[in-house]
Amino acid sequence: MLYIKCPFCGYRSQKEFAYGGDGTVKRPELNQNISDEKWNEFLYLRKSPRGKHIELWHHVAGCRQWFKVQRNTVTHEIFQTTKMNEEIK
Amino acid sequence: MQRYSIFSLIKNAFSKHEKWDLAWKDPSPKKEYDVVIIGGGGHGLATAYYLAKEHNITNIAIIEKGWIGGGNIGRNTTIIRSNFMYDDNARFNEFGMNLWRNMSQELNFNVMFSPRGIINLAHSDAQMNAYARRGNSMRLNGIDAALLNREEVKKIIPMADFSEDVRYPIFGGLAQPSAGTARHDAVAWGYARQADSMGVDIIQNCEVTGFDISGGKIQGVRTSRGDIKTKKIGLCVAGSTNILAEKLNMTLPIETHLLQACVSEPVKPVLDGVVTFGAGHFYISQSDKGEMVMGGDLDGYNSYAQKGNLPTIQHVLTGGIALFPFLSRLKMLRTWGGIMDMSMDGSPIIDKTHIDGLYLNCGWCYGGFKSVPSSGWTFAHTIAQDRVHELNEGFSLNRFSKGYLLDEKGLGTKTWIS
Repeated sequence: MLYIKCPFCGYRSQKEFAYGGDGTVKRPELNQNISDEKWNEFLYLRKSPRGKHIELWHHVAGCRQWFKVQRNTVTHEIFQTTKMNEEIK
Repeated sequence: MQRYSIFSLIKNAFSKHEKWDLAWKDPSPKKEYDVVIIGGGGHGLATAYYLAKEHNITNIAIIEKGWIGGGNIGRNTTIIRSNFMYDDNARFNEFGMNLWRNMSQELNFNVMFSPRGIINLAHSDAQMNAYARRGNSMRLNGIDAALLNREEVKKIIPMADFSEDVRYPIFGGLAQPSAGTARHDAVAWGYARQADSMGVDIIQNCEVTGFDISGGKIQGVRTSRGDIKTKKIGLCVAGSTNILAEKLNMTLPIETHLLQACVSEPVKPVLDGVVTFGAGHFYISQSDKGEMVMGGDLDGYNSYAQKGNLPTIQHVLTGGIALFPFLSRLKMLRTWGGIMDMSMDGSPIIDKTHIDGLYLNCGWCYGGFKSVPSSGWTFAHTIAQDRVHELNEGFSLNRFSKGYLLDEKGLGTKTWIS
């Protein structure tokens, strides 16, 4: 069982959270032409690394805030959790 | 190669079964091959077999990091079916069904293919309508489908909860009577033994460390047991596709996730075929040993761990007990996990790539086992002829950027949506 530190509520069990996927994906800029290639990258292409992975989680059964987590995809060790507007160091 | 038969069995009984030939050799890699298949799982072994059998290419190496059949071919829940609605999926998997039916004879290895049928249960009128549509689509593609009402389902699975006051009462179901199960290890071993007998080198404990590419063409592959020259590489490494893609500087529409399964203690025969719950992600069958074999959702976050977390097992079995209350009285024997290529539309990719001589076979999501023969057959064609076969042209890599998604069930990596 993962034990995740919500930046707002502190440590809670995995059951309170929902996963939100790769946290490094950025939507192409608004109000500009988006090429098919860029849109494809944004929607579908993922690195899915073996090892450290920055991802989004949603504290859905708690404060309902989204936040960033840096986790090892092999050992599930969680290195860091931050608010959405903060950078993972 | 020594053929297996009742006579060879009797003959070997006299030598106390100590003088059987090895089923496949354990060669060291040669300097050069016509084709190198990376990944000694079901898909890789089947690809090598069909390359040798259908296309007369026998100078092939299969490179496997661990041992053959140690990945998802030995970890799945052995379900074989072709109950798909979309033409691309239906034709591809129905082609595979015909290969399954003759597999034991063709491979001279008993894969214990047991077509006892599958039922997808429906729990609302809307779901019955959707199944009627899918069943009709299946029939148009020559696949047997039968829409069952509540009473007909009750005759087949009387032990399910048919009471009126449950949260998800059973309205009926869609059956594919020709679907079934097979012994998964035997599939890997059968293909390996036949491929080996035709001259394919199965090289185990050999990890790929890099690729030799120049001028946009494959020149060779670097491994932990030396460099190998080749013009053609077939990638069959579902679960590790993202790792090798990184070495190739490619980014793919795939995330790597963990899927768990579990078996109960063995009990007397209670369930004939495969049953899937229609109001949650849960499927169940009974093995020949009597164990109830069960599975369901992904763990839900990117993982390479090959072992899972208990909340998912609990979640899956909650659905199981809602459907079959007797399961709550069974002890679980084991749970295990395998790592899956989750493609973004839930359908696989069998295609050429922008690198000349590099062929991709990945993205099998929840269901790679049933497609082992059809995938091997079409991938062998794609590699040998350097063009996709009409059976796998829908499984192209560029369908995502072009918008031709094969979103059969709307399942992809984002399990929290479905």
